[in-house]
Amino acid sequence: MAAVQETVDKVKTLDVDAYKYGFFTDIESDKAPKGLDEDIVRFISAKKNEPEWMTEWRLDAFRRWLTMTEPKWARVHYPPIDYQDLYYYAAPKSAEGPKSLDEVDPELLRTYEKLGIPLREQELLAGVQPDPNARKVAVDAVFDSVSVATTFKAELAKAGVIFCPISEAIQTHPELVRKYLGSVVPVTDNYFATLNSAVFSDGSFVYVPPGVRCPMELSTYFRINEKNTGQFERTLIIADKGSYVSYLEGCTAPQRDENQLHAAVVELVAHDEAEIKYSTVQNWYPGDSEGKGGIYNFVTKRGDCRGDHSKISWTQVETGSAITWKYPSCILRGDFSRGEFYSIAISNGRQQVDSGTKMLHLGANTSSRVISKGIAAGHSQNTYRGQISAHRKAVNARNFTQCDSLLIGNACGAHTVPYIEAKNSSAIFEHEATTSKISDDQLFYCMQRGLSAEEATALIVNGFVRDVLQQLPMEFAVEAQKLIAISLEGSVG
Amino acid sequence: MLEINNLHVSIAGKKIIDGLSLTVADGEVAAIMGPNGSGKSTLSYVIAGRADYEVTEGSIRLDGVDLLDKTPSERAALGLFLVFQYPLEIPGVATMTFLKAALAAQRKARDEAELSTPDFMKRVRAAASKLNIPQDMLKRPVNLGFSGGEKKRMEILQMALLEPKFAILDEMDSGLDIDALRVCAEGVNALRSKDRGLLVITHYQRLLDYIAPDSVHVMSKGRIVKSGGPDLALELEKSGYADYVDEAA
Repeated sequence: MAAVQETVDKVKTLDVDAYKYGFFTDIESDKAPKGLDEDIVRFISAKKNEPEWMTEWRLDAFRRWLTMTEPKWARVHYPPIDYQDLYYYAAPKSAEGPKSLDEVDPELLRTYEKLGIPLREQELLAGVQPDPNARKVAVDAVFDSVSVATTFKAELAKAGVIFCPISEAIQTHPELVRKYLGSVVPVTDNYFATLNSAVFSDGSFVYVPPGVRCPMELSTYFRINEKNTGQFERTLIIADKGSYVSYLEGCTAPQRDENQLHAAVVELVAHDEAEIKYSTVQNWYPGDSEGKGGIYNFVTKRGDCRGDHSKISWTQVETGSAITWKYPSCILRGDFSRGEFYSIAISNGRQQVDSGTKMLHLGANTSSRVISKGIAAGHSQNTYRGQISAHRKAVNARNFTQCDSLLIGNACGAHTVPYIEAKNSSAIFEHEATTSKISDDQLFYCMQRGLSAEEATALIVNGFVRDVLQQLPMEFAVEAQKLIAISLEGSVG
Repeated sequence: MLEINNLHVSIAGKKIIDGLSLTVADGEVAAIMGPNGSGKSTLSYVIAGRADYEVTEGSIRLDGVDLLDKTPSERAALGLFLVFQYPLEIPGVATMTFLKAALAAQRKARDEAELSTPDFMKRVRAAASKLNIPQDMLKRPVNLGFSGGEKKRMEILQMALLEPKFAILDEMDSGLDIDALRVCAEGVNALRSKDRGLLVITHYQRLLDYIAPDSVHVMSKGRIVKSGGPDLALELEKSGYADYVDEAA
């Protein structure tokens, strides 16, 4: 890419210190200009009033990023991304964050409505007093790059739980952020994670103190709005000793003509006997039937079971994006720690999915479980890529992997690429994989009972993914089931 | 009333049904008997609307409505039900869920209000107990790991629940021992009514001992070669199909 090379050359020739405060961009503007260089990184950092250590952290990442190349090993194909043709920062119209929910732009609330955010959470966003008996969900809504509404903060604070935008945590809890940021996904981890480290816009920060069971599900909705804005969320969740937290992430995006880059980083840290459950429903714009205009989703999600007897569980329902490159992983460092990965990945049209997990067994008596359900329809390609490894010291490491693929039609593909590596003889790893196709007989049987071809397909697919759906929190399971039906529209007939 | 008029059907260029005509009135139980390969099962699939069959000529009407331009689900909503010879398995889908989805889809297609869950459960339980279907079987995935008898009882349960205008029983007796056959046949007999026509397709007379037909038709080489009353079935049991096969040739 000529454009990137140009930047590399330009940066090399610059005296960084002399340029340190040389902003050429109006700090009051809502958008950084297109492209990426150290000034833009500084602009983003300054926009957020970040302390110098944070700015330096970003700049380190940026300089590192310039030396890296995009990974090419995934089974996905896309035209080269011109990283200088993207915006790296965009804020909603009002630069000041609203002091209360009443100040939230009604336009935003309408957007949430269109996105199908459950009514209860819309009420929360609209500031309606919730029914005290109802199960509570706290929403930290990210609209484009800045968090606009955070609810239930007070109640969480009572429990000692910190749940806020990460930009705020950098201001209010710098010691925690400094301690944990980049400790699971290092700045140097991979091309997209390093890019994220340089330019991350916002995201969620969660800290659950020792022994606390988080009193509610924490939930964040992401949405990409500004045209041409790469979105770079950064999420950091820390469960201290003996604590528990369940976190829900949901995404949708409206139609776009140009491909949009999304490179998020999620880091989870579970200390001794702590448990983190992280659930995602991802429904970003997958592109039109020709595959034009969808989101490129290059995500690095990793959990560190740092303490003994800790547990991290990933559950994901992936239906959107033109390209998905995503491997939520667990580092099983503590003895007796446990990692879980439950995934439903649906691809239709021209979507390309390369997703899976990594379970890295480092500690003794660690265990992990992987259930992956891939569904390919239309002209899509759906790859499961998973790595299971046991370190020399990971005695009695145990893994069970079940990897099922379902094909709908004749033009799609399903692929399974497992990497299994045991460096000690006491490890027991099991891998099961199946590939099946919805048969015409099954469809006809359902249709004879009155279901349309699409309803029949959705029903059969829902049966196929049931093991994983059961892992989702109730409110997400219902949403996910609907999403499956929507994303398979037009896949039969 | 089901009316089939001069039906011609091919699959991959090969003629399977060759000018078949048949009328079954409301409340009538008609039996079609015939040797293997006579086109009996094809007939049931074509009536239900399975793809892959090419109807080159003729018509099929249910209560005067032409079925041939309708999808299988539209035909189901019009009140057509097929008891499958080999019911399909659907892993991961609880039988109860399947029943609810099917009933809801049909009621919606007919612009009827959705049944409340308690009403639905009541109906399912009532129908299940008549067929000796235990409650926990309804929680299991559709037909998965069911015995031949359980699968057929589940077919009859669906029929009872969906209350079709017209039902076709395709070789219902295959794979059933005598006790299971009796339970299923009783289930079907309980569903006989003056408004509901039944077409019983079978190879053996045996089934007709349990479900007494009003009319019997012999099918060979894709058409009806002889029609008569219940006695015709007994006659066939003695003499076999040989005479009729030659007749059609």
